[in-house]
Amino acid sequence: MAEAERAVVVGIDLGTTNSLVAYMEGDRPVVIPGVDGSNLVPSVVALDPMPASGGRPTVTVGNSARKALIETPERVIYSVKRLMGRDLEEVRAELKFFPFRLAGDIEAGEVPRIQLGELRFTPPEISAYILRQLKRNAERFFGTPVAQAVITVPAYFNDAQRQATKDAGRMAGLDVLRLVNEPTAAALAYGLDRAKEGTIAVYDLGGGTFDISILKLCDGIFEVQSTNGDTHLGGDDIDNLLLTVALDEIYAEHGVDLRAHPGAVQALRKAAIDAKIRLSTERAAQFDIELPNGDRYQREIPRAVFELLVEPMLKRTAGPCKQALADAGMTPEQIDEVVLVGGSTRIPAVRALVDDLFRLSARGKKPHTELNPDEVVALGAAVQAGILAGASKTTDDMLLLDVTPLSLGIEALGGTVARIIQRNSTIPASATEHFTTGVDGQTNVAIHVLQGERELAADCRSLARFDLKGIPPMAAGLPRIEVRFLIDADGILQVSAREQRSGKASQIEVKPTYGLTDEQVENMILDSFDHAEEDFSRRLLIEARNEADAILAAVRRAPQNPAWNELSAEEQAAIAVARDRLVLVIQGSDLNAISQAMVALDKATRHFAELMMDAAVSSAIRGKTMNDAGKEVDETVTAPHAMAPAEFK
Amino acid sequence: MLKVVENAVPVACWSCSVAHNESTLFCPDCSKIQPPSSGDYFSVFGLTPRLNIDLLALEREFHRLSRSLHPDRFARASENEKEWSLADTALLNDAYRTLKDPLRRTEYLLKLQGAEMDASAADDKDRKNPSRVPADLLEEVFDLNMQLEEMRMAWKMGQEDPELKESLLKAKGKFEGLVGAVDCDLRAQWAIWDAGDAAARQTALHAMVALVDRRRYLSNLVRDVTAILGD
Repeated sequence: MAEAERAVVVGIDLGTTNSLVAYMEGDRPVVIPGVDGSNLVPSVVALDPMPASGGRPTVTVGNSARKALIETPERVIYSVKRLMGRDLEEVRAELKFFPFRLAGDIEAGEVPRIQLGELRFTPPEISAYILRQLKRNAERFFGTPVAQAVITVPAYFNDAQRQATKDAGRMAGLDVLRLVNEPTAAALAYGLDRAKEGTIAVYDLGGGTFDISILKLCDGIFEVQSTNGDTHLGGDDIDNLLLTVALDEIYAEHGVDLRAHPGAVQALRKAAIDAKIRLSTERAAQFDIELPNGDRYQREIPRAVFELLVEPMLKRTAGPCKQALADAGMTPEQIDEVVLVGGSTRIPAVRALVDDLFRLSARGKKPHTELNPDEVVALGAAVQAGILAGASKTTDDMLLLDVTPLSLGIEALGGTVARIIQRNSTIPASATEHFTTGVDGQTNVAIHVLQGERELAADCRSLARFDLKGIPPMAAGLPRIEVRFLIDADGILQVSAREQRSGKASQIEVKPTYGLTDEQVENMILDSFDHAEEDFSRRLLIEARNEADAILAAVRRAPQNPAWNELSAEEQAAIAVARDRLVLVIQGSDLNAISQAMVALDKATRHFAELMMDAAVSSAIRGKTMNDAGKEVDETVTAPHAMAPAEFK
Repeated sequence: MLKVVENAVPVACWSCSVAHNESTLFCPDCSKIQPPSSGDYFSVFGLTPRLNIDLLALEREFHRLSRSLHPDRFARASENEKEWSLADTALLNDAYRTLKDPLRRTEYLLKLQGAEMDASAADDKDRKNPSRVPADLLEEVFDLNMQLEEMRMAWKMGQEDPELKESLLKAKGKFEGLVGAVDCDLRAQWAIWDAGDAAARQTALHAMVALVDRRRYLSNLVRDVTAILGD
């Protein structure tokens, strides 16, 4: 077998809050841990300080970037998934939820740029840094280069959001073999170990998006019947709700408007997230926070009150569920199994709602939660990667037939939409339309393509305006331009055109007017990927040493931090031992030894890192630091926060 | 994301050069995937145009063909094979979507047979035009449109009119019944078309064109009433 055919294909869950990479280990999908031993890489990207010697500052991703959120918030970004494939207007609307800066001189129609420190990045570039980190984690794990991947996206992502995700993959040096819808991926992960017949519903409530998909399983074929969702509904909204309540109460009871202290708002949000998580297992949760004026804000939230608060929000998932059932032509009773995906499905009220929607307990059934809801999507991506690689007997018989979530239409006379591909059509799907000219000698025709279910073009998501150029000049109405719209297996639109009257097929140029051009993507490809394979182990070693150097520098600074004195003498000694071990092994070229020493040092300093975070958070509440965070946030700050504990205990 | 359409459809296999039927998606000799055929949706499933179809067999064949044609099976194939797999699968999916639905199947066959379909019947603006209303329903449609207008006014004013609602519900039931009757008539014509000679087919064709128009008109009415009642 040729080397290329044996190369591993990884599955990646590029999430709003956390990202993961997984692969097929024989017949089982397995998540690949990062250097710190954790399966979850927080989707946070930070720009290190500008090097004194000039040049570009380095970029860090994940837990270390999360720490920078406290110290240099203006150089950090999280939840960038919300900005993927969005135009300037849509991103401006999101800014309400984001304490981040947009480069000011961007024109309408251009891809927005985010200002981080002295540099600016497009959302796909930020995502590319996250993907590169996952790629490196996998390469370190395998000891070989990894160049091919399957990446998951919310089922309800539109064309532009999908294209942006693919662009990010390319910038990270990954050949993206397939985009897979997140709920479908989850079904694949579950489908491995259970009976292969029946109808299942996947309810996926994540950090920022909600998806529902209904699938029919038949002899290894996973045929999606319908999908629906809401790309602005998730755990973030619950956090915002709790935060708003707390802010209001603090103002009413203590006369303190925390909104004047964005850093304090961020810290209060962390407390809100902690409370939300505790309420999934406990009957009540407490807020106990010291305010800038020295007062304490103390509050107990019983679960019943929490459930009353979030009820209207959770009910918004019912509509998409009912629509998906109707589109599949099914009643709740015809759903054999329900699978829960996404961290927010840990909330008991969510489970109760799902139980009611699909009449589960009435039928003596329980939803499936056996697989970790934070990992199941990545595991499914690995299964799809296995299918594409043709690498395992288990996946050889499996085939995923997915659908397009939104109808595709073109703008007709009077601003109405002529629908050409209906939502929930199995993809790839195609449609052919004919166009002509309205003026003698006209050589251009513009086509406005839309995605959405509304009757008027103005109410649908404008996907692209295509210009058909190079039509041979003829009398008005004489040219007959055949345009073929094809939605590929990634859910991305391809358009091709030919003029039939003159037969000049290849003369018609089709030019989309959104997203990044090929040349732009090419120029944004992250440096240092094009190492030849023989350089690979040397590169891994260099990367590991760089990483070790960064950790050691941080450890050297540690004793200056007040939190250091809170450590016991034993803890301080253990850190010193782990530090000396790492100093020793980075002289050598044993990659494994370096990795192990880094993991050991990371473990030894974990308690210190937590203490440092807590100290930073409480000083932020007292308004001493982080005042710069979110300067541009408006009155109702409602940023999703990246400081949520990555794991639940 | 853009591709230019290639016009040529080789009849000789690109891989082994053995000549084959243009509508075959795989070379009968070397089993390699072929560029999309110029055949109709029926030929994708190896069927001749017909209206009564065994839906279970159709689904089985759809799954069988998906397993061998789907782009997932060609992730590591040549660029050409990848592109053909994409085009072939799109054709397969379009064909399956059309043939599994009774109404879409009928409309597709009528179009294939060159029957002129009246697309404007679906147009909202044209619907109240009296000449578009099926002659036997003139009076009922007139009444219904009046009631729909009254209901809209009532909603706008925030008023409830249980009597009007009751009457609309009744009308909805009646029109749904009429849709059912059209479906029944259509099925009868299917049998005639499938089994008949050229002359019988021609007669059935005309009957079906009229029935499909009528059905479209009626289901648009039902949709309107449902929308108003569901508000």
